[in-house]
Amino acid sequence: MRRWRHESGLQLALLLGGLLIAAPFAWVVAAGFRTQISLLMGEVWFTPTLSAFEEVLFSKTSDFLLNVRNSTLIGLASTAIALAAATFGAWSLHRMRWPRWWVHALLLWALVLQMIPPVALAGGWFVMARAVGLDNTLMGLILAHATLNLPMALWMMGVFVRDVPQELVEAARLDGASTPTLLWRVVLPLVAPGLAAAGVLCFVFSWNEFAAALNLSMRQTATVPVAIAKFAQDFEIRYVQMAAAASLSAVPALLLLLVAQRWIVKGLTLGAVK
Amino acid sequence: MGGLGLLPVLNLVALGFFDVRWAEGQSTWSFVGTTHYAALTRDPLFGAAILNTVVFALGAVTGQMILGFALALLCSKATRGRVFWRAVFVLPVLIPGIVIGAMWKLLLNPEFGALAQLFELAGLTPVDWLGEPSTALFAVIMVDVWHWTPFCFLLFLAGLESLPRDVYEAATVDGASAWQELTRITLPLMWPTIAVTFVFRLVLAFKVFDEVYLLTGGGPGTATEVVSFTIYQRFFTEDRAGYGAAMAVAVIFLIFLMLAAAAAARRRVQA
Repeated sequence: MRRWRHESGLQLALLLGGLLIAAPFAWVVAAGFRTQISLLMGEVWFTPTLSAFEEVLFSKTSDFLLNVRNSTLIGLASTAIALAAATFGAWSLHRMRWPRWWVHALLLWALVLQMIPPVALAGGWFVMARAVGLDNTLMGLILAHATLNLPMALWMMGVFVRDVPQELVEAARLDGASTPTLLWRVVLPLVAPGLAAAGVLCFVFSWNEFAAALNLSMRQTATVPVAIAKFAQDFEIRYVQMAAAASLSAVPALLLLLVAQRWIVKGLTLGAVK
Repeated sequence: MGGLGLLPVLNLVALGFFDVRWAEGQSTWSFVGTTHYAALTRDPLFGAAILNTVVFALGAVTGQMILGFALALLCSKATRGRVFWRAVFVLPVLIPGIVIGAMWKLLLNPEFGALAQLFELAGLTPVDWLGEPSTALFAVIMVDVWHWTPFCFLLFLAGLESLPRDVYEAATVDGASAWQELTRITLPLMWPTIAVTFVFRLVLAFKVFDEVYLLTGGGPGTATEVVSFTIYQRFFTEDRAGYGAAMAVAVIFLIFLMLAAAAAARRRVQA
């Protein structure tokens, strides 16, 4: 009896925490189904309408579908680059015989890069992109996001690469495997869980990134977060469209949470427990 | 890839000693020496930004750590629904910061926001949380606590689940109370996880930009001016790339100092 009451008390407290997280989301999603007048009047009961969502997705003044396309392309390409660079980088740093100080210096640099506000880097990138004609292109943002995510990916892949058994590597070498074959046939399958965890997070962080995207993009190359900021800052603030766009842009996160929760949790908690 | 990280920083360091003018797509650099850095020490906005950022980071991270730990402790004690609750609590971490900003701009609106509605139901006058200089920073801190408490929760839950079971069984046999269990066993064992989470979150909190950009834009006045935002304005809205770069370099240097201090403190504790 006492045990049962203990458990229900716990569940009640967790429910309260869950409500504190879910209620704001629910309110904003509901606001997306209102009309501007209904929202401003503070009506409690309202007839849901899709007009805000329609306007965000299909109106002539909104580029939301283009923004989604940009965000998706940038997210996929920057994730691929970051993963490739991080896997080779982690292998090189942890498994080749570099001088120790060199390895430490590179890892320290990755740490420093992680601490610099992206806005500060965006300034440098902006000047550089302009110099080589990459300003206002998707490529500029792809490289920027790959760089921003690289330290995290390098760190995560390092944890997995160090776990590859040395005996397996030596056995493959004895069988005459070249380095590319060794990486492709032996190492890659072993670090696949790491790639999944790092990949999901790289994509999510690229999708969410705002500071660099804001400063390195113009109308044709703007990403979803940049579009949302624009809804919020237009001359006449379009509240319901802002709510609708905010709800829509959370969809990828929800989908990934349903499909890949295991990898997300693994990736996020890797640093703290190991 | 390392070059993409290293070059902008070198570029920033160089920019900090120059005045840059854009004209017809061409930039002209004129050397000004340490003028920008001298100006920085007298810039009241930069001082306010540093102070606000420190208050913001410490306030928000402390709140997230305490709430996150409490939630993780509850969840680790629950026998059912752990996977479900973890999924619910992960959600805010995955949402873009700018969307969190947009959401709370709506929720905190003094005329029609959810909080204003609640206040009216309770017969209180709604407060313009983001518009009042006295409450704006507090409101931004609260939004950040809402956004990142789940992240601390996740790390703490993973840490708690990896603690050895037998220590707790022994404590139960010895008749330890729940409080003793927490202060004598859980907290000391969790110390490394707590320290890692704290440093990690603190570094991220110093970079805060997205939420502030939408919620307050640094205002009212300089109430929520944070360093990322100040750099952004110098660099991109005022087109003073040289001064903005000097500011960025100064901030990077300050973060470095802070970490060096943390590392030194850690060494002293261990010795």
